[in-house]
Amino acid sequence: MNNRLRVLRAEKGWSQQDLAQRLEVSRQSVNAIETGRYDPSLPLAFRIADLFGLPIEAIFLRDA
Amino acid sequence: MARYHSPAIKRYSRRLGGFITLYVALVFAMGWLFRHAPPAAPWNVLLAILPALPVLGIVWTVMRLLVEEPDEFWRMLFVRQALIATGFCLTVMTIWDFLQNYNIVAPGQHGFGAAFFWFMGLGVGAIWNAITLWRSEKA
Repeated sequence: MNNRLRVLRAEKGWSQQDLAQRLEVSRQSVNAIETGRYDPSLPLAFRIADLFGLPIEAIFLRDA
Repeated sequence: MARYHSPAIKRYSRRLGGFITLYVALVFAMGWLFRHAPPAAPWNVLLAILPALPVLGIVWTVMRLLVEEPDEFWRMLFVRQALIATGFCLTVMTIWDFLQNYNIVAPGQHGFGAAFFWFMGLGVGAIWNAITLWRSEKA
């Protein structure tokens, strides 16, 4: 599943570690999600959406 | 790449170290006992089983890690590692069984039980996870 997490994080000026601390997950989790190697659970996807103040579908995109 | 050390992993490491220490101590202690003063039944059965108990403790330790690890990505990696270990163990034991069935290798496992190959499989799974993390960092 594609996502805009890297772009959204860059807009905030956060490092992967910064975002990981805000989400209370490991930096490796953030990296794996950003690179599309891991799709987060629905609860974690909601936490990400809440953090950026966006709906989930504005962050995670359907595969073309 | 900073390593990840959650409280669950620290507990896992402590438990693993404890059970491995106990296992080594019991293997040497029972080996000495059965060579120098072989116990009579039924104590021989109970004492022979003793070194197996820490091995069960190690399996419990791995299962507790899967329950206690709060980071879902790492939990997925650990579950995958355990599945790879199970597949590796079943593969080796099945091939070994058929080699025995056709008398290509001698009967018995020469002290290497299923648990030994499962632990080897955990090592294979750990290598696979390291490759996954490395590829993710490179992407």
